[in-house]
This record gives sequence, C-alpha cells and structure tokens, in this order.
Amino acid sequence: MASDDIWILGIAMTKFGKHSDKDIVDLGAEAVMAALTDAGVSMRDIGVLAAGNLMGGGSFGQMLQKQVGQTGIPVYNVTNACATGATALRTAIMAVKAGEVKFGLAVGAEKLAGAGLLGGGGSAKKDGNKWEPKGRFGSVAPTDGRIGTDTMPGTFAQVGMEYGHKYGGVSFELFARISEKNHAHSVLNPMAAYQKKFTLDEIMNDMMIAYPNTRPMCSANCDGAAAAVVCSGETLKTLSLEQQRRAIKVSASVLTTDPYQESCQVLPDVNTLTRNAAKIAYEQAGVSPSDLDLVELHDCFATAELVHYDNLMLCPEGGAVDFFNSGATWRTGSTPVNVSGGLESKGHPIAATGIANIWEICHHLRNEAGDRQIADAKVGLAHVIGLGSACGIHILERSGL
Amino acid sequence: MSTQIPHVNYLELGDRPHLVANECTSCGARYFDRRNACANCFGTDFRKAPIATEGILKSFTIVAFAAPGVPVPFVAGIVDCAGTSVRGNVINVDPTPEKVSLGMKVRLATYSLGTDDDGTEAIGFGFEPAA
Repeated sequence: MASDDIWILGIAMTKFGKHSDKDIVDLGAEAVMAALTDAGVSMRDIGVLAAGNLMGGGSFGQMLQKQVGQTGIPVYNVTNACATGATALRTAIMAVKAGEVKFGLAVGAEKLAGAGLLGGGGSAKKDGNKWEPKGRFGSVAPTDGRIGTDTMPGTFAQVGMEYGHKYGGVSFELFARISEKNHAHSVLNPMAAYQKKFTLDEIMNDMMIAYPNTRPMCSANCDGAAAAVVCSGETLKTLSLEQQRRAIKVSASVLTTDPYQESCQVLPDVNTLTRNAAKIAYEQAGVSPSDLDLVELHDCFATAELVHYDNLMLCPEGGAVDFFNSGATWRTGSTPVNVSGGLESKGHPIAATGIANIWEICHHLRNEAGDRQIADAKVGLAHVIGLGSACGIHILERSGL
Repeated sequence: MSTQIPHVNYLELGDRPHLVANECTSCGARYFDRRNACANCFGTDFRKAPIATEGILKSFTIVAFAAPGVPVPFVAGIVDCAGTSVRGNVINVDPTPEKVSLGMKVRLATYSLGTDDDGTEAIGFGFEPAA
C-alpha cells in the first residue's frame, strides 16, 4: 500500500579507486550483494531495480541481474549525468511509496579511472576543406575553445567565479582551501580513492586545469559502485529489531531540474535548481539547515562547493565565503561538509556518487563511522547535481531505536 | 574580394559585426540557437534581436588543459551585454589573472578562422578589453 514513510534498510559502497580487474557489473554486483546483506534480504525479496550507469552503453540493470539474481522484476535503467545515483534511489523510492513493491533496490556503478578531461572536444571536423554550417548554432568549426569552454573544470570554474562577481569577490586561495579541507578529511576514510593530505601551497602550485581549479581541486576520476535497499515503515515493522535499529529514515527525497533562467544557455545555472530542491527537502523533512549534523554535497570542483553552501542555505545568501572562513565546514565545525573527502578526494565514479554520499551519511547516523564519526549524528543531507541539469537531495535521519 | 561566413549563425558580419538572438515575441526571452518553442513561456513566435556589443565580464576561467586540438591557454567567459548573458572568449589580452578580472569592461571583436578551398573566410568573435 502507498506510503510516505520510507527507510533505507541496507546500503553499501565499494572502495573507490582503480579496479582494473573489475568491470561495471563486478562493481555493481559487489555493491548490490553487500547492500542486500546489510539489509538482511535477498534478490528474491526485491520488487524493483533502478540501475544507474553513464559510460557503459546501456542495459546495465539487465546485465547486473544476470550476475546477482535474474528474477524478472521491473528494471529502470537510469541516467541523469552526475545526479544518476540519487535518481536511481528516487526511482526505487517512488515504487515503494506508490505501494507497488515492498523492497526496492537502487545501484549506481561507473568505471572512470584514467578517463581524463570530461566535456569539451566538439563537433566533428568538416569533410573536405569547406566551411559548412552545422547544428542549431550553424557552426562552421568547433566552438569549444573558441566560444567559451565545454570542459567540466572550466564550466565549474566559471560557476565559482560568477559567485565571486555577484557577492563581493573570491580568491584562488579560498577555493584552494576548500580543496585542502576535503583532502584532509579523506585521510580518515578508507573507502576514498585518495587518502592524501595536501598543503595549501601544494594545491595552489599543482597543475592548473582551468583557473582557479588546479588538479587536486577537481573531482577524482575512479571506479566504484554503491547500492541501497529501501522499504516502507510498515514493512520495516515486520522485520527484526536489529534491522529496525539500523534502518535510516528517508525524510526527504527530491529531484529537480533547472528552470528557465536568462543566462542558463551560456553557463549552467547550478544554483536555482539546488535551492529549489533544498527548499522542498527541508519542508518534506521538517528540518532546517541548522539541524544538519553533516552534509555530503557535490564538490565536483572546489569552485562548486562554495556556491552550494549558499544554494543549500547552510549560510545566508551571499555569505558562502564568510561561512567557509569561519571554519564551519571542517569536520570540527558547526556544519561538517564532505567529511568523506568529497568528490575531490573520495572520488567521483559518476553514477555511484549519488548513492555513495548517502552511504556516508548513513554510516555516521548508524554510529559506525569509526575514526571519522561525527559525534551523535542524527540528521544528514546528501546532494548531487548533474549538468543538463538535475539535482538530487536526500535528507536522512537515524531511527529512534 | 573573398566572401565571409560567420563561425556561428548568431554572429552577423558587416560594417558593425554584432550578435543576434531569437527573441520570443511573447515574453522577450532571447536564445542564440533556434528553438522549437520558448523555454520560458512555451511561445512559438520569435523575432531577431540585436545584442549590445559592449558589456561587463561577469565570470571567467583560464583554461590550461583542454581537448586535443584546442590551443591553450584561453580565457572563457560570460559577458553581461546590457542584460543578455553572452558566452565568449576574452581575447586580445594576456590570458592571466593579472590581466583579466571580474567586472572588467569588454567589447565584441572579430578575427579570422582562416580561409577554405573556395576562398571563403570564416570569422569568429570574442570580447576584448574596452577602455
């Protein structure tokens, strides 16, 4: 029966990194089987599978079923760029909410190690040697590099710089210090692709990709997967006390896209849709930003993290620079952000990220985060955004048991 | 005299090169590409609207690492041209944070992309520092 009361019963992620010996199905299967074990259910119990993968070419869900349990259930193959993982989870949640299934399974997996620069390139070179207009812009030659940039580091560098222009300035050093925080945090996270501390100088003097983003300020391309099992509160009550105790409440599960805005055709507006999703999420959950004990947000680049402090309303509008400078977002601060190391250090296997950052939150809410445990964590927020665009926000709360 | 062709169809050449947008006749939203319907109000009627050639640089990045075949470094930016945001490179200036800054005044400038076998010269645009 339909329900608004949704719980994550089990969740898992693989270690992120370079897994040359594993394909996306290996990674997805590892995450799925671990999530099922964590949930105390089997594929026989699962009523729907939402499978996210971006680079693999299609039918990931079916490929996965053949390796973990081919039970004939509905499969939704899901993509939403970097918001794919959250979209897959949202899909499974919708089926449970609608009362169509008792247990839903969402998974995201990606092989991205060694992928290099994402975005950019351009339209195919013209045949022969004649200028010929092609496409909706009637371009006679590639535009990337001549009319702005399509590369991800360049796009998100502009996103951060735009914030600086709007709100009284921002420096290269500030963005680098955000990266310093995330790399420092990752030292405590054995699931992170990289666990290396960088000094501010090392970050600022590393290879420049697109000013002000140097290499350590960019999300780390790597392989990985994450999966989660969801069910309703009604179903949860029928399970063991241990399962009930470790289940995490999904207080909000929101997906938005970017509404029309004058400049969105020239630079993706990652702000409005995040703010919209956050407003809906806080209302759905009945919590406010100050209630959050930790946040895992989409630091695809250090320049992106800054604007999301504002978009997620963790700070007053226009106040992200002051907010960071106050120390609030370090693990010792009032609103720890990306204690996992974030995308910059934990890594960003695209389709996995949206479920992996929820895993991090759950890990703390269950009081199982060991060395990096945020003490007495009760409420967390996970955020991802994919260009095009789509934003997924989940608010998670620990069970009262 | 060789013929010229613009890099993109929203660049209008001539004595005073300028950009032209497709403007929704219902709500005024402007688009650089052709649109099936207005993303803002769903209208299907558009007229051509010239875009101001001067503006303020409201964001930029200096790309140092790009796809093969794309010469670096270059400055990619967003220019506020009297209320219309335009994507373009900042050109005719050293591509460094010392020479390019948020809020600087810029103006449209054109340059040659080269001539093809038919003798047609492709013309591109960017934004150069304005006094």
